Amino acid sequence: MEAPKERWSGSDAGPVVRPYALTRGRTRPRGPAFDLVAILVATSRPVDRRTWLSREQRRLLDLCRRPSTPADLASRTDLPLRVVEILLDDLYRYGLIEELPQAVQSQETGRPDPTILMRLLDELRRL
Amino acid sequence: MNFAVYDSSAPGPDDDVPRHTLKILVAGGFGVGKTTLVGAVSEVRPLRTEEVLTDASVGTDDLGGIESKATTTVAMDFGRLTFSGGVRLYLFGTPGQERFWFMWDRLSQGAIGAIVLVDTRRLSRSFASIDFFEARRIPFVVAANVFDGARPYRAEDIREALCVARDVPVMLCDVRRPDAAKNILVTLVEHAVRR
Repeated sequence: MEAPKERWSGSDAGPVVRPYALTRGRTRPRGPAFDLVAILVATSRPVDRRTWLSREQRRLLDLCRRPSTPADLASRTDLPLRVVEILLDDLYRYGLIEELPQAVQSQETGRPDPTILMRLLDELRRL
Repeated sequence: MNFAVYDSSAPGPDDDVPRHTLKILVAGGFGVGKTTLVGAVSEVRPLRTEEVLTDASVGTDDLGGIESKATTTVAMDFGRLTFSGGVRLYLFGTPGQERFWFMWDRLSQGAIGAIVLVDTRRLSRSFASIDFFEARRIPFVVAANVFDGARPYRAEDIREALCVARDVPVMLCDVRRPDAAKNILVTLVEHAVRR
């Protein structure tokens, strides 16, 4: 059997703060998680005075002033992806971020629009 | 679409703003070259996720009082290629073992397709990932990384050994070479467009 440790960072790479402390114990978003490459952007809505945002949530909201994706945001903040998804879900529920629509071939599969694929193909061939 | 809300005074050209984000999965066992492949064509970025591996059947979001649940860090190979017009291609390499398939499910939703990277010395290890993509009708290509010391195979031998359909591209490559990685990507996207 393959050693299970093969892609695990192990304790020496572990976070200083236990990751789910940042999400107050939640291990998944309340709603469906955003796609890893969904384009998210901050809305113009100001943060409600009654809304408490953690430092990490503020950082994510700040980064979302330019459109970004959960994968990019996780990489940029060095927070675990799952944690970022939960915090982004909070920001979405507070009306502070929104997802920009993208062209897809069909809603069912979510596969990319063929014209975008052709553009990508041109770009890849030029690499 | 409303692009007025983000800070246009922030640095970076317009191409830096994603408008079309696309993803490709790179599947393969440990040491087969996923990291090398991703790194050959894109800047590799750190990406990790903390997964609770024992909660598949638990219907609660709350970990309070259930301290015995184990979380584990899963490191993914994550690369990004940025093109003009806000087109971005993201590559995600994930561990090949079946217990990580819940991650593959999410990654493959809406993906262009997958690259199944195989080691010709351990072909049988690729059966499960090929089954995964076939069952979900996700376009994929098989890329056999040619290692030093591996017996020289032909692509057709590998196709036969893996029992993949004739329309699935099977290629031999050395993923350390940037042009090889590029060819795999082009082949996959062409294959996905045909589907």
